[in-house]
Amino acid sequence: MSSNSVTTKSATHNQSTEIKLFSKAWLFQEKSLIALLLLIAVVSFISPNFFSVDNMLNTLRQTSVNAIIAVGMTMVIITAGIDLSVGAVLALSGAFAASLIAQEVNVVLAVIITLFSGLVLGAMSGIIVAQGKVQPFIATLVTMTALRGVTMVFTDGRPISTGYTENADMFSWLGTGYMLGVPVPIWIMLSIFAIGWYLLNHTRTGRHIYALGGNEDATRLSGINVNRIKIIVYSLCGLTAAIASIIITARLSSAQPTAGLGYELDAIAAVVLGGTSLMGGRGRIMGTLIGALIIGFLNNALNLLDVSSYYQMLAKASVILLAVIVDNRNK
Amino acid sequence: MQPILKLQHIDKSFPSVKALDDASLNVYSGKVMALVGENGAGKSTMMKVLTGIYQPDAGVIEYQGRAVAFRGPKDSQDQGISIIHQELNLIQELSIAENIFLGREPTRYGKIQWQQLYADVDKLLQRLNIKYNPRTRLGNLSIGEQQMVEIAKALSFQSKVIIMDEPTDALTDTETDSLFRVIQQLREQGHGIVYISHRLKEIFRICDDVTIFRDGKFIEQTAVANLTEDLIIEKMVGRSLNDQFPKVNIELGEECLQVNNLSGNGVDDVSFSLRSGEILGFSGLMGAGRTELMKLIYGDQPIHSGEVLLSAQTLDLRSPKDALTAGIAYVSEDRKADGLVLSMTVKENMSLSSLAEFCTPYGRIEHLQEKQAVQKFIDLFRIKTPGQNQIIQNLSGGNQQKVAIAKGVMKQPKVLILDEPTRGVDVGARQEIYQLINQFRRDGMAIILVSSDMPEILGMSDRIVVMCTGKVSAEFSSEQASQELLMAAAVGKETEEQT
Repeated sequence: MSSNSVTTKSATHNQSTEIKLFSKAWLFQEKSLIALLLLIAVVSFISPNFFSVDNMLNTLRQTSVNAIIAVGMTMVIITAGIDLSVGAVLALSGAFAASLIAQEVNVVLAVIITLFSGLVLGAMSGIIVAQGKVQPFIATLVTMTALRGVTMVFTDGRPISTGYTENADMFSWLGTGYMLGVPVPIWIMLSIFAIGWYLLNHTRTGRHIYALGGNEDATRLSGINVNRIKIIVYSLCGLTAAIASIIITARLSSAQPTAGLGYELDAIAAVVLGGTSLMGGRGRIMGTLIGALIIGFLNNALNLLDVSSYYQMLAKASVILLAVIVDNRNK
Repeated sequence: MQPILKLQHIDKSFPSVKALDDASLNVYSGKVMALVGENGAGKSTMMKVLTGIYQPDAGVIEYQGRAVAFRGPKDSQDQGISIIHQELNLIQELSIAENIFLGREPTRYGKIQWQQLYADVDKLLQRLNIKYNPRTRLGNLSIGEQQMVEIAKALSFQSKVIIMDEPTDALTDTETDSLFRVIQQLREQGHGIVYISHRLKEIFRICDDVTIFRDGKFIEQTAVANLTEDLIIEKMVGRSLNDQFPKVNIELGEECLQVNNLSGNGVDDVSFSLRSGEILGFSGLMGAGRTELMKLIYGDQPIHSGEVLLSAQTLDLRSPKDALTAGIAYVSEDRKADGLVLSMTVKENMSLSSLAEFCTPYGRIEHLQEKQAVQKFIDLFRIKTPGQNQIIQNLSGGNQQKVAIAKGVMKQPKVLILDEPTRGVDVGARQEIYQLINQFRRDGMAIILVSSDMPEILGMSDRIVVMCTGKVSAEFSSEQASQELLMAAAVGKETEEQT
């Protein structure tokens, strides 16, 4: 009886959002952040090159593409969905961006069209999931396959160069430029996270996203149009993939038809490492940032330590497995 | 004659309720024992104790003359006690034979001996006098035929006792007839059968003895021949109403809701009306179509024909959103399944339907406004929670229910539909919910109270509609109604006075 009441009490404590700093529950909740700081501390100790401004900014810039996609992925996963099509959306919208720039379309207009295309491509998955009542895994597997095909047709299987015009130079600033000494992709990443955080925590749509993932029937019976929410999250996920495609295309000054292969899995890994449940209903956008940074810094550290890329994959797999096991243990 | 299976003085308690209180049941070989009682009388709990899903707190189970304790359904099945549930436990994509011997297929060196399997199944089906091809895919059979397969499966375990839980619920009349023929054969072959049903007529057709439960207690075991339908009903409900229902009489307002010839999934040509300030009770057995009717009125299920009028305006109901906007709120019968989002906080759940009222036109949540509104309801409803940001899963059933009701009321509806508002709620919180309901009617809200708890529905309602198989079978004013009349109408017993 007494042990019973103790467990209830600690469970209550765990799940309440008002958690004392540095308490046991707080440490558990912030375990991904702690893991990230630990990782940075350990690697700084081993490799002196690691903890330099240059290396930090470089790693953050490299992480930005995955981190931005992971913002959209977080929203999809909170609704208990999944989006496998982000890599394919990235490839196709990147191809659109490159060809628009090559045809000397104004950079701002080209960017807007590219973002819009990402939004529409994502919405396609959303409509299949919502209206077609197809499981998200299958629905986005279909759009992924279809969009990979469309990309090959559109690019003819060859890279599309943005060309050597002034327009192309302006465009490439989005991937290679600096603002206040910080690479532009990092600024973009930070703004996307700020917007994502605001959307999820301070808007009605955000609240509905959590509700949908927590209990779809209850959400529908509460008078919420659940199909609309589903279409919104997949559209936003497509949008984040398009933003990532602009950074990649701008950085390389060309669009590769095979760009973004496997990016969906990296994004999902970042979301899971950030503590978002694949069952839906729970998750924090800042957890995803930390998850993406863990993957980024881990790769960077292993590079600096001269570990071959084959072993890097093993290391990444172990970290994800460990994170999920720890998460389940404490549930 | 000694019973083959004897459960005596069984007690079983759950955190807020004593489900079985000195309950007993005897099963005799070659006889059919009916087990009857209201919803919540403890029939299902007794079956779970019998098959080892629950262990009793007190009491003895004697099987074939020896005291036994079953460790679980598999254990009891291996020893010859099979239960056929309302929802059949069969796999649609496998054949009849594969289903019956699932996990026990005759094999040699790991290869299934198909010829032997089909021969065995043929033999089983012959014992039941039914002619199916054992190779038929189960999904191609009707529900009644699938039930026969379940019975054959029970026989394959050499079952001495077969329990049937509401077996005729999903059957057509002809299927029911063939089921009864099979039960007759099983009886002649010396099996002991427990027959659980709400349909009293069937009990007189097929059963030898009746055991009656009420409120978890054993009331009586007697031969069917000693009883009439009326006597059974009286014994099932025989409870006196106490004054736990704080009924208030108020002047009823204008006609508010009108439902005309409404039909839809599980609902057949239902009409009724409701005035503001009125409490209209909906009584009936599980599966009578009450929840289905409410979900039609709430726009969650497609309306096939008929119309719903609110304040004399015909509503175009395509989704719960339409109903809520028009002024109809629905509080679900099942908090966990579709009433609450258990992973969210008290605040987030309560404001879910009316979030738009705390938002700027651009959809930004005004957290302070939301917090104040939620606090108002926490105080008004006396919801016990450490704070608004508590995850709702951690609250007691009664407090969860209060949050669910608050979610509906916050929307300030004209019509509030409460579907089983006190299910799984302890006595204290029940009382508070009744007082809240009375408060709402004083405020002029029209209330539909769907409840399987008869004293509750008699104690709270101004009028009571009884449903049976998707139709309205009777309507009573609160003065006319009695538990016996409600039960008679709920089981579809025709009496001249009502028609």
